[in-house]
Amino acid sequence: MASYREIAVNGLWKNNPGLVQLLGLCPLLGVSNSVVNALGMGLATALVLACSNAAVALIRGAVTDAVRLPVFVMIIAALTTCIELLMQAFTYELHQILGIFIPLITTNCIILGRAEAFAAKNNVAHAGFDGLMMGSGFGLVMVAIGAVRELLGTGALLANMQLLFGPLAANWQVTVIPGYQGFLLAILPPGAFLVLGLLIAGKNRLDEILAARTKARQPEVPVPSRRVRVTGVIE
Amino acid sequence: MALPEISRSMLKNSLVLGTFAVLTVGVVAVTQLGTAESIEKAQHEAKMQALAQILPSGSYDNHLLDGSRPVTDPLLGNKGATPAYLATLKGEPAAVILQATAPDGYSGSISLLIGILADGRLASVRVLKHRETPGLGDKIELAKNPWIGSFAGKSLNAPTEAGWTVKKDGGQFDQFAGATITPRAVVKAVHKALLYFDAHRAELLKPVEKHNG
Repeated sequence: MASYREIAVNGLWKNNPGLVQLLGLCPLLGVSNSVVNALGMGLATALVLACSNAAVALIRGAVTDAVRLPVFVMIIAALTTCIELLMQAFTYELHQILGIFIPLITTNCIILGRAEAFAAKNNVAHAGFDGLMMGSGFGLVMVAIGAVRELLGTGALLANMQLLFGPLAANWQVTVIPGYQGFLLAILPPGAFLVLGLLIAGKNRLDEILAARTKARQPEVPVPSRRVRVTGVIE
Repeated sequence: MALPEISRSMLKNSLVLGTFAVLTVGVVAVTQLGTAESIEKAQHEAKMQALAQILPSGSYDNHLLDGSRPVTDPLLGNKGATPAYLATLKGEPAAVILQATAPDGYSGSISLLIGILADGRLASVRVLKHRETPGLGDKIELAKNPWIGSFAGKSLNAPTEAGWTVKKDGGQFDQFAGATITPRAVVKAVHKALLYFDAHRAELLKPVEKHNG
């Protein structure tokens, strides 16, 4: 059984749903045009994922194999609907902006994927933690894309944070580049693809550097000579 | 009587599915009951905020959401009936807030809230919903550009009929660099709403009968 540390590393970095598994691309690209949208969507997804993982782990003994998928989908759909109602009640304007992407959390492949691949085989605590870490990994990538797109597109960061954190957050906006003319491509959907591509490339490069460093630190292990078969027919 | 294997597993599976259907529906129902009041309050507040932007405070003294009647007309461009809010000051009609839709935005229709004073001048116009290009067409939002404020004080005769379009078409209203279609659609929709107001002025300014009075 995986340790909590392994689960965290897996969700946040090694097997990140946004950068490695490339699941749930639809909201990842669709609503990552500003930090506030990305954060709202990321939080909603992480919450549904953690709850659905825990719920699936809780009932995994009671559900027969033949009907497990419909049951998982029912659980996920119910949780998504609850989150949607809560967002409508407490962050009404953000809910209006994110619109159809909230109910579509139900169809996000990460959620059914984690239910089937992890939660159905692990206990409640592990499964819930895995959901939280996978959801946070997804959310962090979304916020990163949102920040780059908002900065490149409008020259500012953290605009409209009051949609999520109430009126006190209205002046959180940081104008990074005053008098910026705006760069439309970053805000439009192609900008999301470009930024995601660059992030994936950056992660892969970082992994390469890290791997090279660990390799350099380890003492050279002499390669034992291998017997090579030189006669006969290779089957 | 023993059931054959397959019937037994079918029975068990349907029972499991049924149980979970009841459970999940129960969870959703409880959440809905718990949030219904807050959601209604949030919707009400959002609407109040939008309406309050249209008319300056002090120009009316009634509760706008209470004084509405459904209107429908091709000139307004809405699908189905929309509320027309009557603002009154000391019992006298002061203004009407109409909802109108410009069907010919750059990407789909643009939903507008238009405040018209009793004398036919525009109080102001706001965009409720649109899907115009960010950075170009979305300058019709007040948060992005003061352009939408240029409607205040205009009326059906000032500018004249020919002036009710963007400058590129010989009219009075600015277009945006790189986006002409969006402002053209908005100007056209506002003009049509004024035509509608002109034709139905008397009935729009009539006091709204109270429901459940």
